[in-house]
Amino acid sequence: MSGRPGILFFMAVGLIVLCAGFPFYYAVISSFKSGSDLFQVTYLPVFDMANYRAVFTEQPFGRNILNSIVVALAVVLLSLLLGLLAAYALARVSFRGRGLLLATILSVSMFPQVAVLTGMFEMIRAFGLYNSLPGLIVANMVLTLPFTVWVLTTFMADLPRELEEAAFVDGATPFQVVRLVFLPLMGPAMAATGLLAFIVAWNEFLFALTFTLTNDMRTVPVAIALITGATQYELPWGNIMAASVIVTAPLILLVLVFQRRIVAGLTAGAVKG
Amino acid sequence: MTAALRLSGIRKTFGRSLVIKGVDLAIEDGEFIVFVGPSGCGKSTLLRLIAGLEEITDGDLFIADERVNDLPPAKRGIAMVFQSYALYPHMNVFENIAFGLTLGRHDKATVAAKVRAVADTLELGGLLERLPKQLSGGQRQRVAIGRAIVREPRVFLFDEPLSNLDAALRTQMRGEIASLHQRLGTTMIYVTHDQVEAMTLADRIVVLNGGRVEQVGAPLDLYRRPANRFVAGFIGAPAMNFLPVAALPPAWRRQGEAAALGVRPEHLCLDPEGPLSGTVKRVESLGDSHLLHIALEAGGDIILRGHGTTPVRPRQSVRLAADADDLHFFRDDDSAISRA
Repeated sequence: MSGRPGILFFMAVGLIVLCAGFPFYYAVISSFKSGSDLFQVTYLPVFDMANYRAVFTEQPFGRNILNSIVVALAVVLLSLLLGLLAAYALARVSFRGRGLLLATILSVSMFPQVAVLTGMFEMIRAFGLYNSLPGLIVANMVLTLPFTVWVLTTFMADLPRELEEAAFVDGATPFQVVRLVFLPLMGPAMAATGLLAFIVAWNEFLFALTFTLTNDMRTVPVAIALITGATQYELPWGNIMAASVIVTAPLILLVLVFQRRIVAGLTAGAVKG
Repeated sequence: MTAALRLSGIRKTFGRSLVIKGVDLAIEDGEFIVFVGPSGCGKSTLLRLIAGLEEITDGDLFIADERVNDLPPAKRGIAMVFQSYALYPHMNVFENIAFGLTLGRHDKATVAAKVRAVADTLELGGLLERLPKQLSGGQRQRVAIGRAIVREPRVFLFDEPLSNLDAALRTQMRGEIASLHQRLGTTMIYVTHDQVEAMTLADRIVVLNGGRVEQVGAPLDLYRRPANRFVAGFIGAPAMNFLPVAALPPAWRRQGEAAALGVRPEHLCLDPEGPLSGTVKRVESLGDSHLLHIALEAGGDIILRGHGTTPVRPRQSVRLAADADDLHFFRDDDSAISRA
């Protein structure tokens, strides 16, 4: 490899940035347009916040955002808690059928959502969780737990066994080992998997559409899809774009904040005493 | 506090393979015992059985006359120093040493006082705020030892604690561990594959091979009176020379059951009248001593170790002699014929 990136390199990078960024950029500038302007192709933004105001006044969008935050945070916390405890058992305790259990957990995540939809619907109904946020939380865990458990197990298996043994000799219980020794060392892995779980829960559409009935229980993706215009023949693209920008911006911020930790989490494993 | 240990018929299997094949051993109160043997001999496993980190398959383990087979590590009154130190990477030196105490619901002032006292004796007083990654190898080792001392155990267990250190530091830490034992007088069990550590530290050495105890004894006893060919070859560097009886000169022959003769390199000397003859293949000069690799006329190679430097050159013919008192004889089954 030569030392300096040439012009071709920058052209390639530019192309990638364009492909990845243009749809989002176009969503942003569309969100500032209204009426027939929406159907004029322009590439420079004009700032008009009308759509943003309309999003909040024409439906309970603030409530939808709050729902999304509650659901996503609860899913992240529960997934990490259960994932951490499961990872300890799967990575550190040897028992019969451990490999089979791990494979089963992984294969759960291979089913398309539609396949589990009816069964999940029955279950949510049986628990009396239909049209409620806990129902959405339970449903979303099906999506997040497999990879949370899997990633945390892999990461924990890489932590030196002697650390755990030293803690046992010091008188720690298995739960104390997880809480006081492993958990602090797994920060990067927890941040990375937690963020992925958050994104999955935040963007989840099918369960949220199926298991809710009323507008004030809906999460953001469903609310956006169900935004209606003044007549049934009009799709309010401006409002939809404004709503999309509102809910995407926090995700981008989160990723930027946790970026370094994510990279550390994905490449980690070298925890040396 | 300190305690005696008794191992009685200890066996350990992993899956189908028997790793510890029945070990009986009595360790006295306050003794410094070293487990030594080639890698895979089961010395670390035996230590982990004593620590409670592995379950004993069969047999009984007593610490201070109490059967502890089913007790967890923390209840056995032991403390362990690991080969990799196993310091908690996210805790500073103070927290590392205090960890066991804080679990035990001691009040904060007592914990702090104990940790400080231990840190001061180990010269870690100025490093209490540091994280393990900011410490040198020797300092990490001392923290690991401090974490063991602060628990005031009845028995200290060391699992190859010096093998990650460089040679100079190893010698220094070896001295510190020896003086620690003198000061505390606590029973210590120390696993190593380094026979210099074994010889210098131990009150008694336990030589292990293939999951069995080959011999137990004071360091010089093992050197002078090895019970069998394995111990004879394992203790001492370079290793003892073995010659089949058929290759021996008449002067060294023994009547009866002897099948092989063993003689240590340092007990051989050049002697124009000596009974063995051979050709020098290689000369290794170490400054304070030298090693001669000699091909014997009667077949086989032999190593001689002498003081200082030597005028001998490769391809030179030499004759060798040894004091009759320094000859070891072994039977067909490798057991030693006891010496007068």
